[in-house]
Amino acid sequence: MDVAPKLLDMVWAILIFGAVIAVILGLAALYEKRGGRRAGWWFVGPSLVLLAIGLVYPALKTLWNSFRDAAGGSFVGIDNYTSIFTNSDELVVLRNTVLWTLVTPFVATAIGLLYAILVDRAKGEAVAKAVIFLPMAISLVGASIIWKFMYDFRDPAGGTTKHPIQQIGLINQVIVWLGGKPYNFLLNSPWNTFFLIVVMIWIQAGFAMTILSASIKAIPADIVEAARLDGVGGFQMFRFVTFPSIRPAVVVVLTTIAIACLKVFDIVRTMTGGNFDTNVIANEFYSQTFSAANQGLGAALAVVLFVLVIPIIVYNVRQLRASEGR
Amino acid sequence: MATVTYDHATRVYPGTERPAVDQLNLHIEDGEFLVLVGPSGCGKSTSLRMLAGLEDVNQGRIFIGDRDVTDVQPKDRDIAMVFQNYALYPHMTVADNMGFALKIAGTPKAEIRQRVEEAAKILDLTEYLDRKPKALSGGQRQRVAMGRAIVRQPQVFLMDEPLSNLDAKLRVQTRTQIASLQRRLGVTTVYVTHDQTEALTMGDRIAVLKDGLLQQVGTPREMYDTPQNVFVAGFIGSPAMNIGTFPVSGGNIEVGPARLALPRDVAGKLTSEDDNKVTLGFRPESLDVTSESNAAAFPVEVNIVEELGSDAFVYGTLRGSLAQKDDAVITSGAGDNQVIVRVDPRNVPMKGERVFVTIRPGEEHVFSAATGQRLS
Repeated sequence: MDVAPKLLDMVWAILIFGAVIAVILGLAALYEKRGGRRAGWWFVGPSLVLLAIGLVYPALKTLWNSFRDAAGGSFVGIDNYTSIFTNSDELVVLRNTVLWTLVTPFVATAIGLLYAILVDRAKGEAVAKAVIFLPMAISLVGASIIWKFMYDFRDPAGGTTKHPIQQIGLINQVIVWLGGKPYNFLLNSPWNTFFLIVVMIWIQAGFAMTILSASIKAIPADIVEAARLDGVGGFQMFRFVTFPSIRPAVVVVLTTIAIACLKVFDIVRTMTGGNFDTNVIANEFYSQTFSAANQGLGAALAVVLFVLVIPIIVYNVRQLRASEGR
Repeated sequence: MATVTYDHATRVYPGTERPAVDQLNLHIEDGEFLVLVGPSGCGKSTSLRMLAGLEDVNQGRIFIGDRDVTDVQPKDRDIAMVFQNYALYPHMTVADNMGFALKIAGTPKAEIRQRVEEAAKILDLTEYLDRKPKALSGGQRQRVAMGRAIVRQPQVFLMDEPLSNLDAKLRVQTRTQIASLQRRLGVTTVYVTHDQTEALTMGDRIAVLKDGLLQQVGTPREMYDTPQNVFVAGFIGSPAMNIGTFPVSGGNIEVGPARLALPRDVAGKLTSEDDNKVTLGFRPESLDVTSESNAAAFPVEVNIVEELGSDAFVYGTLRGSLAQKDDAVITSGAGDNQVIVRVDPRNVPMKGERVFVTIRPGEEHVFSAATGQRLS
């Protein structure tokens, strides 16, 4: 391996980056006193150009491509969209994406919230939180590989009495120990999608817990005390004081996870490759574009995904503003 | 309505040696307005929170009426509390805030509405009932917090520095409103403040605490006229009392050139630990400006004159053959070696001038130099 030139490249990159920052800061210092609208455009300009090249143009190009055929040659109208909403395979893709987006946010948030309340001001809170937060630090692909081992299935029929098949998947081995029959988790639709969703929940519950725990701690102590004096008991405290106080944070967590689920790709790609009816929009869009060489359909899927994400983002931003404006 | 009794109530915070509240004995009469006052960290808020049930009582007991509430849950003590930061529920309207305790208690909706409206009328909040707390001013929030307490119709009101977040003018205004409201409702009230003016103006009786220990309990007049020790003497009154330690010889207290007769019964209480000294306190308003020829007069050099219209205060330094060897021979609200004198606002001395003052007979406070306890 040629490590030296790569290192040299990295050093160059850092130097160039530093030079660009220095130029920007120098310009800023130069224009600081004069100010004005024209100076403003000089600063916004580069960002606008980069946004146009990196974001706006590809988006428009994708939209354009979604109305064209597999090779991107001739115009086909809304054929690509029609097939997304009529083709049985594509309908399964849509169904799975809906499942992901509905189930994951609520379950992950519920688990995170419950956990945050249980460990709040308990002994060893920091350790307990670190344990559930750790999966967040693992890449989605890494998490998928871990869970692939968890779910691993070896068909017992393949063994002999002398050399019986040993389960290497943790869950199946536990099932065998408990006297059950091993189960192929990733094979049977629609349950296999739920088993994939478990991986996302495992990751996102830590995220939900962290955000919600912080906002629970931000509730002023005297409000909790006032509630105690008003006669509020355990569950009532949650219903009338804790939950209304953290409601904006809950909404932000729900929508953030929902967006992550709409765009989920790595888990499905790594664990099933979209087989056995576990496909989702992002993975199907990838497969159509790069494997099946159907650019038009891929672009249409990307547009559908984009349109689905927009309302959630709008709602998310509004909630963020509302929670800051309090 | 009920009495409140602290019986040797003690609170020790975990991990600390010294009790935050040490053996507090206090009896509050039915319908009385009692003010707990003291410098920060004196245990006044802790005492109140012990009564509320928000702090554990490590030793001793607390009674509301005849009922021992030491181990009773806060909600079952039949009390209502007004917090310093009001502690209003931000997501509820004013009406919901005020009626929340009743709602939790399962009171019928019509009755809640009626009681909330009554309280809102008393507090002039009727037009704000449907607003959220964030849409109210500080004074209005404070009134909502009061309203929340009133609606519950409790046996005892607890108030923890409820005026400290208001501006100076509103504070003076609200202070009289709260006092008159309490007289009208006749509910036993325990009120915590660090402001001695608030204590004097509002309380039927005042309890002064310091370092977790009760210093003195009494009516505002008693606290002002006969403070039981040097701390209470210096704490109650504005501007603060002038307090200094002076030698005694031949039955007289020697304040510089002045000779003040020390009453025989007081002189008899001096012990060997006092080392022939007494701590003498005299209020700025107990001093008369006189001439040098007066045998009981001592000189004060004017540093500044503070004119308040109705009054004028001279901040000066004791002068003459006075024990200047000791720097901090005398202290007042203005600092060490400073004396505050109230003078006729129509006839104020000039800066740098030397005035001679006498203590009006009978208005001096004599304390033991060793223990700080009152002798006279």
